[in-house]
Amino acid sequence: MSESDETQRRKLKVYLGYAAGVGKTFQMLSDAQAATQRGLDVVIAYFEPHARPDTIAQAAGLEMLPRRQIEYRNRVFNEMDTDATLRRKPDIALVDELAHTNVPGSERSKRWEDVQVLLEAGIEVWTTMNVQHLESLYDQIWQVTGIQVRETVPDWVVRRAAEIVAVDVTPDALLNRLKRGAIYKPEVIEKALSGFFKTSNLGALREMTLRQAAHEVDLRQTAYDETSDAGLSTAPSQDVPGDAAKERILIVVTADPSTAMLIRRGRRVADYLHADCIALFVHRTPTVTELPAEERHTLEKHLRFARSLQMETRVVAGIDIARTVVEFARSHQVTQVFVAPSRGGLRERLLGRNFVENIVRLAEDLQVTVVADRSRRPASS
Amino acid sequence: MRISDPVRPSPERLLKQVQAEENKRWGARLKIFLGYAPGVGKSYRMLDEARRRHERGEDVVVGAIQDQQSEDVKALLQKLESIPSQSEEHAGLDLDAVLRRAPQVCVVDPLGAENPATSRNPHRWQDVQELLRSGISVLTSVNLLHVEEYREKVQAITGKYTTETIPKSFLLAADDIVIVDVPADLCLARSGEKLTSIGISNARERKLSELRELALLLTAEVVDAQLETYVHAHGIQPVFGTHERFLVCITPESNAKAMIQSGIRNKERFQGELYVLYIHRHGLSCEESARVETYLQAARNAGTTTEILQSDDPVSAIGEFATQKRITQIFIGHGSHDNWRDRLFGDPVLRLIRASDGIDVRVFPQ
Repeated sequence: MSESDETQRRKLKVYLGYAAGVGKTFQMLSDAQAATQRGLDVVIAYFEPHARPDTIAQAAGLEMLPRRQIEYRNRVFNEMDTDATLRRKPDIALVDELAHTNVPGSERSKRWEDVQVLLEAGIEVWTTMNVQHLESLYDQIWQVTGIQVRETVPDWVVRRAAEIVAVDVTPDALLNRLKRGAIYKPEVIEKALSGFFKTSNLGALREMTLRQAAHEVDLRQTAYDETSDAGLSTAPSQDVPGDAAKERILIVVTADPSTAMLIRRGRRVADYLHADCIALFVHRTPTVTELPAEERHTLEKHLRFARSLQMETRVVAGIDIARTVVEFARSHQVTQVFVAPSRGGLRERLLGRNFVENIVRLAEDLQVTVVADRSRRPASS
Repeated sequence: MRISDPVRPSPERLLKQVQAEENKRWGARLKIFLGYAPGVGKSYRMLDEARRRHERGEDVVVGAIQDQQSEDVKALLQKLESIPSQSEEHAGLDLDAVLRRAPQVCVVDPLGAENPATSRNPHRWQDVQELLRSGISVLTSVNLLHVEEYREKVQAITGKYTTETIPKSFLLAADDIVIVDVPADLCLARSGEKLTSIGISNARERKLSELRELALLLTAEVVDAQLETYVHAHGIQPVFGTHERFLVCITPESNAKAMIQSGIRNKERFQGELYVLYIHRHGLSCEESARVETYLQAARNAGTTTEILQSDDPVSAIGEFATQKRITQIFIGHGSHDNWRDRLFGDPVLRLIRASDGIDVRVFPQ
């Protein structure tokens, strides 16, 4: 995105929580009431219809735009009406649940994509999400809670938000709300208590929310320092261009399903280390088109995924994959190569085909990170 | 070279267990509302909870409240019973009056206050301990500036100084802590300043935002300690991966300096934890021993926890230590000069990679 686009884009504010019922929407509406009193034009562009009574009361007096009804498989679904919001053009649009997936037949498949449209049209957006919906945390969330999250938001969407607000509540208070029936209908409560709403899950997710919020706050300080003269003179320069410590991460893409977790983990580490990140696929066939169709589809999917997380992707040919990766890394000033753990057994090792071993052996001057398969550690119960 | 003892529970956890046991007999709980600066709305959040509890039938009183009150806070106070101060000169919490009144829950705002000279306890947090011991639950608020271990940092950022502080261990021992997080611009607006656009817009917001980050991380630390206690108490598996924890394993041959430096950098960037581990090996030359000691000393000088363990099986020892400390990334050195084929079944690096379930292994060249 060019700089001129960037200046036209309006700001995004994300209320970050760790579970349904922590009070994200409530806090957003309460801030919206205050903004309305200051004379700003705030509308509710989307609001979960099954909201809690307290939350509904907090929405009183705010203009609510009609939702768009979309029929799918003989059922009617309510989605945000992005076009109507664009026509209404408020100062601030409130959009609940950023991670939501739109029903098939909608113009865009994800709500965060609708939000981009609003931002680019000059509308400030306030939205809500839970930490577990952050794409790069998928594997850690699985490891910690045993839950595979289906709806995710790419990290860059959140990183580009002007403001993140942590909405905090203790797990005990949340469990009380749940037991009182303030979050879900009675028939769902028992299931929630034995599943997602376990104290250890909630504690872990809460900790991750607080740490993510701290990280987001830190990133915004760095960004401010980089653009303000005052910051430049006083801030310690840890990251000057050409700094020897500047890291560059290379992710080795294969057709193996573990590539997705490798990409997510690489993205996360790169973001924290302020490092560049490249995803590389090496094919042994002379051209990519000679790969079996199924393998090619999987690879395309992985490379598209890497690009959706704003990674540079490269495809090169090479007979010896480990050697090609290491050569590519050297010629591209890579400091760290990310690989998936080898699944190979004894036979593979005896034949010297173990990719991880080969790459570790060849990478004399590089660091090699073997990324753990986090789904294999059983979650605490 | 001193070999570390096996890992024991932290003093905080032991303290917490003792306090929790003591208070549990009476069912009293301490809940702290933490804010990074005045104006984030701690008092409001706390009193709003007091109001909700009162409406649900709990016996709630207000024992102490800050002098300056917003209109919202005043409105909440009218719905709650207050225990007045002893007298004008003896302002603040009337401990004996609250003990006589014996409510279920008492609001004490703020926690970091000094008592008048004639009081039984010099610090208000000691009054709170007395209330808890008497079976009275406490809702209280703390500003980051008043946490002893953060006072200097906050002072360096804001220039504000205080002598009224509470120890961080008091926070770690609380039953509940909640952070009242608010963007810096809104925090300033509540103290009457003009509201800017969202995000960091000026140097003052930039400063406050640093405090905000510290408060979020402090809360995360408390939550992590609580999680650990919960997991221990319920005999369930430790929770991995909420927080990045780095383990740098050094040997005399490793490029330990680069590994430790990288470890420190990663720790800072991830706001994580860092351990430097050496598995003691017999038969080292004096020169090798001295080198290891230099590495460990450098790590300690940089404020890093170092551990020395004795084991004939370094891979298992590293694995056990990593599990115990909930490590998420292990840094290890790998010699390119090794005859890897000969050592196919024995190369410790490769064995470690295979054995490190759920932990990333970063191999450094030597």
